Amino acid sequence: MPELTYREAVRDALGKALREDDSVFIMGEDIAEMGGSMAVTQGLLEEFGPGRVRNTPISEMAIVGSGIGAAIQGMRPIVEIMYEDFLTISMEQLVNQAAKHRTMSGGQVKVPLTIRTQGGAGWSPGAQHAQQLEAWFVHVPGLKVIFASTPEDVRGLLWSAIYDDNPVVFFEHRTLYPIKGEVPDELEPIPLGKARIHREGSDVTVVATGRLVHESLQAAEEAEKDGISVEVVDPRTLLPLDEEAIVGSVRKTTRCVTAHEAVTRGGFGAELAAVIQHGAFDWLDAPIERVGAAFAPLAFAPGMEQWAVPHADDVLAAIRRTVARS
Amino acid sequence: MVTVEERAESGGRGVSPEMLRGFFREMLLIRRFEEKVEDRFRAGELPGFLHVAIGQEATATGVCAALVREDVIASTHRAHGHAIAKGTPIERIMAELYGKSEGCSKGYGGSMHLYDVEVGNLGANAVVGGGLPGIVGAALAFQMRGEKRVAVAFFGDGATNTGAFHESLNLAQLWKVPAVFVLENNGWAESTPASQQLPLPVDELGKRAAAFGMKLIEADGQDVEAVYLAALAAREHALAGKGPVLLHLRTHRLTGHFVGDPQVYRDKDELKEERDTKDPIRLLGARLEIDDDEFAAIDAEVTAEVEASVEFAKAGTDPKPEDALKYVYA
Repeated sequence: MPELTYREAVRDALGKALREDDSVFIMGEDIAEMGGSMAVTQGLLEEFGPGRVRNTPISEMAIVGSGIGAAIQGMRPIVEIMYEDFLTISMEQLVNQAAKHRTMSGGQVKVPLTIRTQGGAGWSPGAQHAQQLEAWFVHVPGLKVIFASTPEDVRGLLWSAIYDDNPVVFFEHRTLYPIKGEVPDELEPIPLGKARIHREGSDVTVVATGRLVHESLQAAEEAEKDGISVEVVDPRTLLPLDEEAIVGSVRKTTRCVTAHEAVTRGGFGAELAAVIQHGAFDWLDAPIERVGAAFAPLAFAPGMEQWAVPHADDVLAAIRRTVARS
Repeated sequence: MVTVEERAESGGRGVSPEMLRGFFREMLLIRRFEEKVEDRFRAGELPGFLHVAIGQEATATGVCAALVREDVIASTHRAHGHAIAKGTPIERIMAELYGKSEGCSKGYGGSMHLYDVEVGNLGANAVVGGGLPGIVGAALAFQMRGEKRVAVAFFGDGATNTGAFHESLNLAQLWKVPAVFVLENNGWAESTPASQQLPLPVDELGKRAAAFGMKLIEADGQDVEAVYLAALAAREHALAGKGPVLLHLRTHRLTGHFVGDPQVYRDKDELKEERDTKDPIRLLGARLEIDDDEFAAIDAEVTAEVEASVEFAKAGTDPKPEDALKYVYA
């Protein structure tokens, strides 16, 4: 199996879709000559030309909105919002338009639009270039929400997002772009709504997304040294959610930690905790622990930033708290 | 006003008396439909939030007459006239207002979300300015596929103050997509007059096109022939690959913002004068010399159609409550 970086895996899916399907095009800020602020779209302009790899003005509402209009007319646009912080500017189009056209029209239209974006801390950008806002979109009926954590997943899920007939908000994590991983020779679509069990265990389930999948795997190795067997599950698709896999895992292990980089309060971990307590109430041996960032706009100084966002040691501490309850 | 050059651009077409009579009939149909909507709302039969466009019939009729079925529109919260003029049968619109499955949005939309994709109505929008970005995208799709179609956004003067307006016109002009932005300038943003929401004199709002280097075409929005000719010119300009057009139509809202609006903010004498001098149906009737008998005959016809639409709507099917989930995802 070939090895790709997470960045190359995203590019591979974009290139394949552009190559095989005239209805696919990509647009966003600085994605053409520059290849995107994260260098994800490098080389695509050269292969597909400026008609299908379109630089846009700094107009997030028009980027998402024109993607919606083109999607309703039968195209499969993939738009890039450079930082997920800037999704806030396009919220009206995403929430009031993309998510609602199908219902408001009584099923007359569909909006096969993919909105790629990225974020995440770890490089001291301060408060407006590193937020993790995925939970906001899980609250909006009509949207689908994906957060991929490995090269294989990001490639297979992006393909499924492009070919889903609904608007999909597709989160990538900045610090994951350089990580390498094996991928199948040929792109294999990964169905939406299917969780991935990264590591099997019997004492505690950690349900983690994005960067925290990797931090949780590291924490699981540490815990194993103390004789604690940890299962790590990545939902991958936050909406729709693979409740069966997650609840099933917790029924087996009887303890659960949720982990994401977003602030804990109102984060996706809260939804997970609600689903799990309802589905596995009689199995739980400890309160569900939530790991997330401190409730503050992200401070600039590296020491403050690293303190505020969670790492493997935070997940490990939460694992230990759950097993300390007997 | 439409200039001589623009008439020339539109092929020098005049508008025949027969066509103008057709416009007259459609505008009167829209008027009677909306009066019936007000009446049934006050009677407690219609749920929701309703906005009528009484006084603005010429912009809907004139613009949509210049379009073909394959052209698409995005409408506003003041949508009944646009939907009728784009070709949706009135009984399907009335059924929508009654929340019935036979409605043009199957009861999922209501007055502010009238859709009919078959005739090119991509939906009315309850967010001021919300429909404009999507129209840029529709026009982009037509451009990319080489289709001879235009995408048209209706919006009011209030919408020209939104970010969506500026981002949309900027992008549309940058990419020269075949879009027409129809500014129905009635001088009111809900209850707020032009003097409190526009930094330009209300009649000069078309100047905003210059900020984007966009072609501006203007017409008296109460003169349906002028609107029609201007819309033809705008469509031809957009289809010729010359870029989008801002079509500025000065019009007059002769009623409140919403059905039931007491209009405490509006000078009663001025409103009366506008009603006496700016009604597009009266103006066209006088020009065509439609006498009382002919008017009564046309009125009886369209009134009967409207009555029939109410009967159709009332006899419609209530959607199953649990079908609220049916179209969340494709």
